[in-house]
Amino acid sequence: MSFRGVDYYATDELLTDEERLIRDTFRRFVDDELMPIVAGHFRAGTFPRELPARLGELGALGASLQGYGCAGLGPVAYGLIMQELERCDSGFRSFASVQGSLVMYPIHSYGTEEQKQRWLPAMAAGRAIGCFGLTEPDFGSNPSGMRTTATRTNTGWVLNGEKRWITSGGLADVAVVWARTSEGEIRGFLVERGTKGFATHDIEGKFSLRASVTSELIFEDCHLPESAILPGSGGLKSPLSCLNQARYGISWGAVGAAMACYEEALSYTKERVQFRRPIAGYQLVQAKLVGMLEDITNSQLLAWRLGRLKEAGRARPQQVSLAKRHNVRVALEAARTARDLLGANGVTDEYQAGRHMCNLESVFTYEGTDHIHTLILGQDITGINAFE
Amino acid sequence: MKILVTLKRVPDPEQKVKFKGDAIDFTGVNWVPNQFDEYAVEAALRLTENASAGGAGGAVRDGEVVVVSIGPKEVAQQLRAALAMGADRAILIDGDDGALDAEMVARTLVKLVEQEKPDLLLMGKLAADSENNQVGQLAAGYLHWPQATFAATIQAAEDGKALDVGREVDSGVEIKRVTLPAVVTVDLRIIAPQAIKNGKTAPDHAYPEGPRYASLKGIMAAKKKPITETALATLGIAPSLRVKTTAVTAPPARKAGVKVASVEELVAKLHNEAKVL
Ligand SMILES: Cc1cc2nc3c(=O)[nH]c(=O)nc-3n(C[C@H](O)[C@H](O)[C@H](O)COP(=O)(O)OP(=O)(O)OC[C@H]3O[C@@H](n4cnc5c(N)ncnc54)[C@H](O)[C@@H]3O)c2cc1C
Repeated sequence: MSFRGVDYYATDELLTDEERLIRDTFRRFVDDELMPIVAGHFRAGTFPRELPARLGELGALGASLQGYGCAGLGPVAYGLIMQELERCDSGFRSFASVQGSLVMYPIHSYGTEEQKQRWLPAMAAGRAIGCFGLTEPDFGSNPSGMRTTATRTNTGWVLNGEKRWITSGGLADVAVVWARTSEGEIRGFLVERGTKGFATHDIEGKFSLRASVTSELIFEDCHLPESAILPGSGGLKSPLSCLNQARYGISWGAVGAAMACYEEALSYTKERVQFRRPIAGYQLVQAKLVGMLEDITNSQLLAWRLGRLKEAGRARPQQVSLAKRHNVRVALEAARTARDLLGANGVTDEYQAGRHMCNLESVFTYEGTDHIHTLILGQDITGINAFE
Repeated sequence: MKILVTLKRVPDPEQKVKFKGDAIDFTGVNWVPNQFDEYAVEAALRLTENASAGGAGGAVRDGEVVVVSIGPKEVAQQLRAALAMGADRAILIDGDDGALDAEMVARTLVKLVEQEKPDLLLMGKLAADSENNQVGQLAAGYLHWPQATFAATIQAAEDGKALDVGREVDSGVEIKRVTLPAVVTVDLRIIAPQAIKNGKTAPDHAYPEGPRYASLKGIMAAKKKPITETALATLGIAPSLRVKTTAVTAPPARKAGVKVASVEELVAKLHNEAKVL
């Protein structure tokens, strides 16, 4: 049966007709085309290669950007697409987030006209895939310590270093790589697949985001032309501005994953009979279901309000942190609770909860860990830096 | 070809029907496009494009697809969805479903056909709420137009002046040729990958099953497409109903079944109690 949404507070009324239409289109697309294939890909640890082109056809890639074949959607409509994709799988949403917010966005914001023409239409159509290399083996939460260097040459730049945990790395036609120049400044570079001195290795053995590719990027005397640099980028604030976009999308995506888990737990517990009663008839179970519903309702309102602030150009990065932190944390709790309520069935891929639970562990960690967002907010309200 | 397509909104058929006294309670109902009408919209789009030349999705429409709905102003949402799929424009006739019957809807459509002069009035075979299955037939009668109901396939004749409509009947498939202008109502097979041949799209072209998704481009383009609002009175339709609703009751709840211990007992029960054997 198709998904009907979880909407205890009539939040549908907060959306415009157009936003609802976009949400419903992606809701149907996800039910018809992604739900049937997701468990198979997760089990096999493969990414559906047809997904980029399909999302491109529908207009979902870089959908909030203007021009260059992008749809130019408002933040709420964009968020609703992320919600529906992650209702199916965090890995699918991760692909779309990286493509749109972490690769197309910096090219759009910091790139030359030539770079934009070259990459944006192809990436919007899903013909080209991008990845974003910020994290390194030794620098995760603290990217300012990064060791990857970009040294000037007569003709351009030479990159040396290693990036790790890079979503879509092994698939990418182009990588946005953040490196430190000899002047000590962090700049962004576009590195094309096949460039000499650039290699990727996919990371095996993940129990999370198995339907998404995660890779290392290795740069060994990788020579780049001058035209590879994103001229508008400068300082850590450039990659952070990308993360801010992606975190916004994640705050919606997490709502999708939580709704999927709640729906599954609700229908399962109403059917499953133990001690001569559906288990949904026991107070302990009801308390858990109600807790999930309450968390989802909070998350929906947070994401929606943040979207409207963003639309008005008023969303502060700290507000994005609060939504990412809250919505991902409660989604992870909802997935664990749903897994619990499904009993043994919850540990198989016949059901979604276990997969969402494993996936959300990554979402909890990437794009700023839960701790990091706590420290960002703590600093914002106290004025005291507790990072180091 | 110019096609007028009807599109009614109905309560989500998957939702439970609630009662308030002796009437259906529509509060909190999720309204969705009538499925057969959505199929009619898809059929109209397939009839007016060259999908082999990249025309699917409404890029180049060969002809015009006009969608019409009678309902409250909120139906604009369903009309907008049809525009996003690729229809050219929409007409919203203000009207309350409770104050309409099939005959009045047919008369209204006749008036609209006189104004719009389409080559084809294309409709779902029935609306999932009342399941009347009458409007198409009545409208064809009033218009003195040929009609083909329950279309499973449509093939445009070579000269473009007629349609060959395939209908699944008990003995097989019946092909009816209707000269245009005509009324056609569609059944669920019409959204099969190759159900429609328009003489422009390559005959072996296979569409994805079902009504197409509105792409984001389509949704953004739909913002600029016109929805004309009018009213029954403006069209000169006097409110008079042939059908009077005397009572609405929920179907009786099913009685609990019984478990039988053996085949013999089942046969005995079918013979003695159900009296079907
Ligand atoms: C599946 C997946 C995909 C990813 N995709 C990408 C990608 O596409 N591009 C990219 O650049 N990166 C990506 N990442 C990397 C991700 O952003 C990092 O994993 C994340 O920033 C955390 O870094 P770390 O793993 O090194 O953990 P660490 O920074 O070592 O953190 C470990 C623990 O220490 C805590 N901690 C660290 N510092 C503090 C502190 N000051 N106070 C309190 N606690 C602290 C953390 O909260 C955490 O609990 C991905 C990660 C995963 C798992």
